[in-house]
Amino acid sequence: MRARFILTKLVGALSTLAFVVAFNFFLFRVVNENTVESMFRGRNLSPSQIARLERQFNLDGSKWEQFTAYVGQLLHGNLGLSMKDFRPVTTVVGEALWPTVLLVGTSTLLAMTGIFFGFRAGWRRRSGYDVGVTTFSMFTYSMPDAWLSMVFLGLFASGLGLFPTGGLEDSGSNAAGLAKLLDQAHHMALPALVLAIAYIGEYTIVARSAMIDTLREDYLQLARAKGLRDSEVRSKHAQPNAMLPVVSLSALNFGFVLSGAIAVETIFSWPGLGQLTRNAATGPDFPVLQGLFLLFSASLIFANLIADLMYGRIDPRVGGR
Amino acid sequence: MSERIPEAEATSPVIGSVPRSGRAVAWDRRRASAAGVWRGLRNDRLAMVGLVVLVLFALLAFAAPWLSDESSLSAANTGDNPIWAPPSWEFLFGTDHLGHSVAAQFLWGSRISLFVGLMATLLQIGIGSLIGLTAGFFGGWVDSVLMRLTDWFLVVPFLPLAIVLAAVLERGLWTIILVIGITSWPSTARLLRAQVLTVRQRLYVDRARSLGAGRLHLMRRHILPNVTPLILASTTLAVPISILTETTLSFLGLGDPTSTSWGGMLNSAKDNSAISGGRWWAYMPPGLGIVFVVLAVTLFGRALEEILDPRLRQR
Repeated sequence: MRARFILTKLVGALSTLAFVVAFNFFLFRVVNENTVESMFRGRNLSPSQIARLERQFNLDGSKWEQFTAYVGQLLHGNLGLSMKDFRPVTTVVGEALWPTVLLVGTSTLLAMTGIFFGFRAGWRRRSGYDVGVTTFSMFTYSMPDAWLSMVFLGLFASGLGLFPTGGLEDSGSNAAGLAKLLDQAHHMALPALVLAIAYIGEYTIVARSAMIDTLREDYLQLARAKGLRDSEVRSKHAQPNAMLPVVSLSALNFGFVLSGAIAVETIFSWPGLGQLTRNAATGPDFPVLQGLFLLFSASLIFANLIADLMYGRIDPRVGGR
Repeated sequence: MSERIPEAEATSPVIGSVPRSGRAVAWDRRRASAAGVWRGLRNDRLAMVGLVVLVLFALLAFAAPWLSDESSLSAANTGDNPIWAPPSWEFLFGTDHLGHSVAAQFLWGSRISLFVGLMATLLQIGIGSLIGLTAGFFGGWVDSVLMRLTDWFLVVPFLPLAIVLAAVLERGLWTIILVIGITSWPSTARLLRAQVLTVRQRLYVDRARSLGAGRLHLMRRHILPNVTPLILASTTLAVPISILTETTLSFLGLGDPTSTSWGGMLNSAKDNSAISGGRWWAYMPPGLGIVFVVLAVTLFGRALEEILDPRLRQR
């Protein structure tokens, strides 16, 4: 049964991936019928140049031929060429991968402290602490991360001069080792803080309502009847059971690590996938945008799969044994 | 489809001595429960604060044509206003890089942000309800196909999809509305399908069916009235997401080039180096406007959901 559960989930994930690939092609080649002429608008191209570019960007032949060629390339790990500088999309995206993982990964870990606040707020529902935590969460949830970035940048970087105004590290510095690390941390502090604030509310609210759901369970009454202290009932009996929705939210959010900082990276000129997305969208540089969208979708599908499998492990009622 | 049977007039319940039709009784009940919802909201102080803030912003957006002249926002029409003037009595929120009044932009921008937020939400709820209701009601292969589609859309990352669509399609106000609408319907569809499935199991639906009620009749008279409150609650909670998405898209430069929303104001402030120049008045008003509106709708929507959603009611 267990193996069958995993297999079902795996097949589901693969079918979703197939859907995304087809959808990705459809969006960029059918909805927006970009020809070489429209992609390189304003540049004077001779017919032979056009023919060469069409071959290069896989725009010759019928739609069906283009689709099979696209899938064939994908299977070989080839995402095509960037229209901006003709470098392979995989290279362009690969370079931007690590800065984003570093930034969003750090802030996701920071934001997960919200789980702790949420559990305590749910445990003492309607107390002053709960109202405070909930109000704060809703307030941070209501702030557009783009705007919060601007405020932080204006206040702490441009205004008070406490932090650099953008980038991954000081330009032209050839610091190495610890100094380099500290320099990067200095650059990362503001964007990471903005993202952590933007994410923390969601964790708090989900943890709080998961805790409230367990409050009425009989086993908590039993634990109290045994004479356990209130804090022990919470940490030993309520919290483990309230963990389930929180775990699945965390797993899901790791699927958003790659695409989670588009506006923030744009403002802090962080050379990651988010800034790349923005530049590819406004450029427009369709091959890069297409590759990014595929990457973002695939990482979310993968995170979903992990969340499903973990759910089956943590809660034996799911996916039977 | 079975034939429609006459309405339940025959069983007219009697209140006092006046015989009343079943329909009138049903309407009375609905009115009573609406009054109950309103009482619940009145008791929730945060929900009322949200409602008041929302009404204020709606009035402001509505009154924009009387409070400021739209033509003053066109690029050619800055007169001899100073550029980057800090807030003063003449320019309440200062001026921007072209000498336009930020307060006037804020006022007109609120119309765009609220309009897009509302329209996109309606579109999303429309698509989501249609798919969710159809799937839940017909079941079988219709359900499987529709839910497979919903699952697919659920795992496509929302914001990147919106960005890709906005980049691929022609820029414009309705494009933004369309993009937000067609990227955010899946959760509504799932929610409504689940609710239809539970309502369908209720005894009174069985009773109506055994009395010969057809599918359309069941849907219209028994199921729809029971899921409408949920549609209402999820509509309210979808508005903030629509507004925030519009902000992000406009901020990234993918919005409507012919009209400036609050997100567009943020974009223009960033592009014209208002941040490094210390011109905080260019980005504080639109940002705070978004925070207040989103917070107000969220507070109101959460209270409404807590009253209307049967799963939250017992807690």
